[in-house]
Amino acid sequence: MKLFKSLLAATAVTAICMAGPAQAETKRIALVVKALGIGFFEAAAKGAEEAAKELGDVEIIYTGPTDTTAEGQIEVINALIAQKVDAIAISANDQDALVPALKKAMQRGITVVSWDSGVAPEGRQLHLNPSSNPLIGNMIIKLAADHLPDGGDVAVLSASATATNQNIWIEEMNKVKGDYPGINVVATVYGDDLADKSYREAQGLMQTYPDLKAIIAPTSVGIVAAAQAVSDAEKAGQVNVTGLGLPSEMAGHIETGASKSFAIWNPIDLGYSATVLAYNLATGKAEAKPGAEIPMGRMGVLTLNETNEGAMADPFVYDSSNIDDFKDIF
Amino acid sequence: MVSSFKSREAILGAAILALVLAIAVRFPAFVAPSNLANVFNDTAPLIILALGQMVVILTRCIDLSVAANLALTGMVVAMLNTLMPNLPVTTILLIAVALGALMGLINGLLVWKLKIPPIVVTLGTMTIYRGMIFLISDGQWINAHEMSDAFKGFPRASVLGLPMLSWIAIFVVVFFVILIGRTSLGRAFFAVGGNPHAAVYTGINVGQTQCAAFVLSGALAGLTGYLWVARYAVAYVDIAGGFELEVVAACVIGGISIAGGIGSVGGAVLGALFLGIVKNALPVINISPFWQLAISGSAIIIAVAFNATSNRPKGRVILKKAEHAL
Repeated sequence: MKLFKSLLAATAVTAICMAGPAQAETKRIALVVKALGIGFFEAAAKGAEEAAKELGDVEIIYTGPTDTTAEGQIEVINALIAQKVDAIAISANDQDALVPALKKAMQRGITVVSWDSGVAPEGRQLHLNPSSNPLIGNMIIKLAADHLPDGGDVAVLSASATATNQNIWIEEMNKVKGDYPGINVVATVYGDDLADKSYREAQGLMQTYPDLKAIIAPTSVGIVAAAQAVSDAEKAGQVNVTGLGLPSEMAGHIETGASKSFAIWNPIDLGYSATVLAYNLATGKAEAKPGAEIPMGRMGVLTLNETNEGAMADPFVYDSSNIDDFKDIF
Repeated sequence: MVSSFKSREAILGAAILALVLAIAVRFPAFVAPSNLANVFNDTAPLIILALGQMVVILTRCIDLSVAANLALTGMVVAMLNTLMPNLPVTTILLIAVALGALMGLINGLLVWKLKIPPIVVTLGTMTIYRGMIFLISDGQWINAHEMSDAFKGFPRASVLGLPMLSWIAIFVVVFFVILIGRTSLGRAFFAVGGNPHAAVYTGINVGQTQCAAFVLSGALAGLTGYLWVARYAVAYVDIAGGFELEVVAACVIGGISIAGGIGSVGGAVLGALFLGIVKNALPVINISPFWQLAISGSAIIIAVAFNATSNRPKGRVILKKAEHAL
């Protein structure tokens, strides 16, 4: 395995060295992912290629380890430093373990940005979050409200009561629920990210609140289980299941109508934005510092906070109109 | 002996009745026949697994690999279904039962031939089976839209007003009533757990009987694997995570002695139903999730305390005729 990886890295280095001198002007941006062969990251690479085409003088090196380990990514980073790429845009397997290798890269003049899954501030120039907690909190209740013009009762099916991200999103949701008049959040229940428990909790919600109009599940296991519970109760169309989920997992439930729409970040946009940001930093068109506003092409502008982090956009909404384009991607 | 089992079941039955009535006061719709049928359907997998676990516990063993067995079988049949969508459900069922039985056999042989303590064996195989799910699926999910309609439809198909899932549970209960009450294997389970040394003298092969119990438990776990995945229309690595403990809890609440040799089909079924009602009712009557955990846990401890105080007879007569002959 190790030998295979080294060979792979060496081959990549040779290939790049041979290609390099021919196009000295081209900026070479490496998109480093958690592991190769994952649909989500293949989609991000597609976005990076789109950005490269748009920018013109960019060559994308899509790479990553064969399994999701920090060591694997360190080997890849070292190979990239040896090749003297212009920028590294990485989705990290470990936020601390990669810092020394990435610091070394920055000392050699390589631009380093992290995206999707971040690196500690000292190991990168900026971090691109797919979205932000307030945006997600707003989106999940907006998804429910969009299909309820006359308002109604909605309930939240969360993962476990101790899941930090779930609690933050629900908290953010509760902060903005006043913006959606008529929408009444009646309960929050916990499915512990188990299909059977989430299913039962969804059944319980429908029994306790016969007028329930929507179940908001910001968890990929919960949303699928709740959608199944709704179709089994033959309430597809009456109770809308929404929240955060993956298109491949939700496609069947969009088809049956148990879920009208749901959201998750779009990996194509994410790869695209990361590439444009890395390009703008590497060419000196922008500088990463707290408060800076860095353009990211068609996705608008990234505003950095005090730790040089920024949020790309609202989570992307999937419904019957676009689910088929994405269900095979991730 | 028989009377103590009877009273035990009567008490559990009364507790369930009291529980249902208490829930009905707060939420009358809960006792509607259609909802009670729903609760039974929801508890069906637990009943099936609890019966398999019962025979294992009767022989002084424990099977912690049931949930992992269920998950692996479920993943295998779900993958099979995506590769060959036209495979009939009967074939899928046979494959699931056979695969589950094979995994049970591995447990059984390790316990029988290598004399490794059952808790160690099944703890190990539990981890192995869970790992294998990841290896065969690559961590990917099998989703609702990838499964065929026939595959998903079978446990839901309504026969005489009840879904197939419930009917299968009823069938398994009847099978166990006959197995435990009418066959020599059924009696051997009690004999091996009650007094293994005495069992040897009566010509019972202790290891073989334990192995048979594991195979039975494994086969039922495999069967449930298909039913589970088809019912929830999703297969992933963590499916039924921690469910093995619920199965053991159902047995303990049902009065099956962890020390082996004591238990009944009725007890296991009532134990599973008790847990099923608690789990289904608490979300409906708006009890906080933390209290739900505390209530389920208290039920288990009360049941164990009850087991410990109900005097276990010092010596029990397994073969009355033989003893009188001496």
